[in-house]
Amino acid sequence: MGREVLLIEDEENIAEAIRFILTRDGWQVVHLAEGRGAARRAAELMPAVVILDTMLPGASGLEILAEMRSNLLTAHLPVVMLTAKSQPRDREAAERAGADRFLAKPFANADILAVVRELAAGRKTGLGPSGGAAVA
Amino acid sequence: MPFNLLVLACLAYVVFLFCVAFWVERRAYAGRFGWLRSPLVYTLSLSIYCTAWTFYGAVGYAARSGMEFLTIYLGPTLVFIGWWWVLRKLVRIGRKHRVTSIADLISSRFGKSNALGVVVTLMAVVATTPYIALQLQSVVLSFGVFSNAADSLDAGQTAIWVAGGLAVFTIIFGTRNLDAQEQHHGIVTAIAVEAVVKLVALLAVGIFVVWGLAGGVGAMLDRIDASELSAWTMQPGRWTGLIFLSAAAVICLPRMFQVMVVENADEGHLATASWAFPAYVLAMSLFIVPIAVIGLERLPDHANPDMFVLTLPLHEGQNALAMLAFLGGFSSATSMVIIEAIALSTMVSNHILVPGWLRLRPQAAVADDLRGVVLNARRLSIAAVMAMGYGYYQLSGGSAALASIGLIAFAGVAQFLPAMVGGIFWRGATKAGAMAGLLIGFVTWAYALFLPSFGPDAVLSASLLAEGPWGVTWLRPQALFGVAGMDPLIHAIFWSLMLNGTAFFVISVLTFPSPVERLQGAAFVNVFDEGSGAPRRWSRGEAEPEELLVMAQRILGDEEAQVLFESEARGQGKTQSLLPDPTPEFISTLEQRLAGSVGAATAHAMISQLVGGAAVSVGDLMALASESAERAEHSAQLEAQRAELARTAGALREVNEKLTRLSVQKDAFLSQISHELRTPMTSIRAFSEILAEGDLPPEMVARNGRIIHEETKRLTRLLDDLLDLSVLENGKVTLSLTLSNLRDMIDRAIQASEQVKPEREVVFRRDLMRENIFLRTDADRLTQVFINLISNARKYCEAEFPEIRINLRMRGGRVIIDVIDNGRGIPKDAQSTIFEKFTRLPEEGRAKGAGLGLAICREITENLGGTIAYLPGQGGAAFRLILPLRLDLGAQGQGG
Repeated sequence: MGREVLLIEDEENIAEAIRFILTRDGWQVVHLAEGRGAARRAAELMPAVVILDTMLPGASGLEILAEMRSNLLTAHLPVVMLTAKSQPRDREAAERAGADRFLAKPFANADILAVVRELAAGRKTGLGPSGGAAVA
Repeated sequence: MPFNLLVLACLAYVVFLFCVAFWVERRAYAGRFGWLRSPLVYTLSLSIYCTAWTFYGAVGYAARSGMEFLTIYLGPTLVFIGWWWVLRKLVRIGRKHRVTSIADLISSRFGKSNALGVVVTLMAVVATTPYIALQLQSVVLSFGVFSNAADSLDAGQTAIWVAGGLAVFTIIFGTRNLDAQEQHHGIVTAIAVEAVVKLVALLAVGIFVVWGLAGGVGAMLDRIDASELSAWTMQPGRWTGLIFLSAAAVICLPRMFQVMVVENADEGHLATASWAFPAYVLAMSLFIVPIAVIGLERLPDHANPDMFVLTLPLHEGQNALAMLAFLGGFSSATSMVIIEAIALSTMVSNHILVPGWLRLRPQAAVADDLRGVVLNARRLSIAAVMAMGYGYYQLSGGSAALASIGLIAFAGVAQFLPAMVGGIFWRGATKAGAMAGLLIGFVTWAYALFLPSFGPDAVLSASLLAEGPWGVTWLRPQALFGVAGMDPLIHAIFWSLMLNGTAFFVISVLTFPSPVERLQGAAFVNVFDEGSGAPRRWSRGEAEPEELLVMAQRILGDEEAQVLFESEARGQGKTQSLLPDPTPEFISTLEQRLAGSVGAATAHAMISQLVGGAAVSVGDLMALASESAERAEHSAQLEAQRAELARTAGALREVNEKLTRLSVQKDAFLSQISHELRTPMTSIRAFSEILAEGDLPPEMVARNGRIIHEETKRLTRLLDDLLDLSVLENGKVTLSLTLSNLRDMIDRAIQASEQVKPEREVVFRRDLMRENIFLRTDADRLTQVFINLISNARKYCEAEFPEIRINLRMRGGRVIIDVIDNGRGIPKDAQSTIFEKFTRLPEEGRAKGAGLGLAICREITENLGGTIAYLPGQGGAAFRLILPLRLDLGAQGQGG
């Protein structure tokens, strides 16, 4: 399996930081700055992990997630949602849409690395994403 | 008397009238009406009833037929004294429904039918064109009296100069304003001046005749007794007919309708006119008989009695008096022609030219500059009416046929009487009835009176006149249905009005009015019942307020349309938007305003196009068809009560919704703040952790440091904005008021905004002269508003060559500043929310703003005692700022 991570994030500086952290660990980061067409890109690329921001221009993170989950190809791709809002309501909505993990902004660099490694490994060992409990 | 002197006096008089009209227009434009709206001016303007035909012709009439000329004055006198309640109703309807002409009145009354408008217009044009020719002829004749053989006066040339000059005068003063309801103060005042001139002239000649020639009142009476005039016999039938005819004409003549109804500034003026106008007419008729008697006595036999008013003073060597009399006659002729041309041109352009043009280009109702089209149509019509008058004069060759044309025109326009009076007093009158009556009356009039008036073999052959068409004797034009031996005029009046009235009544009874007719009928007949008011005509429909505004701007002009929409929006309690909801009431108001410019039928058609085709919804139609008019009225009252209840319930619901919304907004606000704060913090935390790990190349360290610095600044700015907003919103802001120059503030703002996308070349269009004013306000705060608006325009205007326009004007102690860019503008659905906190448009998501700029702008302007709103319909994004010139801190508390 590939070492690719699809990063969908509109804030340039945050994207740059995540790319730096993951690239150093040996991941190949593909970055999209808007939500439009993101689900299709995920189906083409079939990355190990998708990192998805909640507030995006074009289409919201929740919409993209729902679209991915409705496509057989991408239905089981592991997805980490980045959320700036810590409201429980937002998390419930994302959980229902089928996110595997949440990271609340601002996050520690170690956390995002750990989540990506864990999700990628989980998929490799054949454990379904639904097996893991959602932790922030 | 030298002929050139006469021409000179004539020109000087015209120039004087020009000056009067100009001066008055300027006064009216400046809003100083004063005596312009006095009942005296109104009464004097009514005197256009007395044309050159009455000024010169009455004496001739008296010389030929004795006292019969009095009937022409008795008719209007009876109407004004005895029937002024009919006039009052007409004037009220005219004002309430913004009627622009008699054609508009009849068309509006019968369901806004343009077909009726066209028919009335054509009838009016046919009936009154010869009348205009008659005025031209009188001017030419009076010139001829002064010129001797050596001058070799070319009559045709005089007529063309007079017609051309009148056309120019009418176009200049008659088409300055588009809205016919805005009225022609300049012209009306000039007409009033002319009314004085003709009265003074006729009185002067009369006084000269009685005291100068006859030797006093007693001697005069003796001479009248001795003259052949005293031998005249009264024909009761003809008298009754003529009195009735002139009474009908005073209501139905297009020019009388114009001055009496359209130009009426105040209904109360009718009360004055009801005695003052008869008094004027009496004064005009006072000396007719003496002038006729002395003229017959002193002047040679071949002298034309129609010109006695001029030739008598000339014969006696009274040149100055003759000149005055000449100007009097000139005044009578010109004032009639000017008003007639305005009245006819309004009808022709509103009912024929503009609807035809709209039919050819249906999309033009919203797409083109209709204002220009309407004005040009009106100018064209004036020129055409004048040309027709002149053409008729040339064709008839100044023949004797013209002499009776005044009464023929009266009989022609009298055909409007049944439809008009029936329409405003009888709700059962229908469009089909009116159409049938008008057509039959008009055809009868043309056949029995108008066409024969050209003489045998001119239009109708002599054999047809004598034996009837195809030898059918009971169809002889002047002896219809076998009624022979009657006076031709009375015969024609009797049959045309009889057939007209009967057709109108019978067909009205036999046909059913459409719902729109029924509604209009009720509104016209019950015009004095304020309570029921104009019935609901528009369902809410799919009208887009912005489209309505665009259309209104094309017709009323930008300024007026915006004022109308703004005041309505405020009336509806909207503070954020300048666009009102298209409520049925508002659409009706708008329709009436448009009707003032383009006529009711056209306005109705244009509005229907935008509101979704049908003027009345299917439900309305069904309900109306099944209910009698009375029950509809009753239910209208119930409806009004129900609407009142619904309004109250709606208000309560609104308050409730607002409270709920506020609570939701508070949550959304907190979560938004959280998002806006966490975003820069995420970058800062990530990069500082990377930095803390060490072992980075120096250029990476520098870059990371720069990013951290940038994001810190963003965080600070956000906190500043939030604090600013909370201070402004709580009204705890301290303003430092100074007297500051607006231009300097805008200069500063433009400079400060240059750091936003500095690479973009933005062109500013400003009016530096107008900006050079001093405002008493908080200059720093106001500059902040300008910086925000201009920065937004720099940031988001996507035009290739961006341009920012700053318009400015004053209105009643306030200054209105529009900031407009040439981009795509703000989508309609977003316009109402852009002043809310954290609103960003979908496409501009990548912009770094937190969406607080416009919210801050709004708070600042409100603290400065002003308002800010999105200005729709300008193409690009446009904001309108309205600020007081002098901010008074005492009053400011109420706003905050």
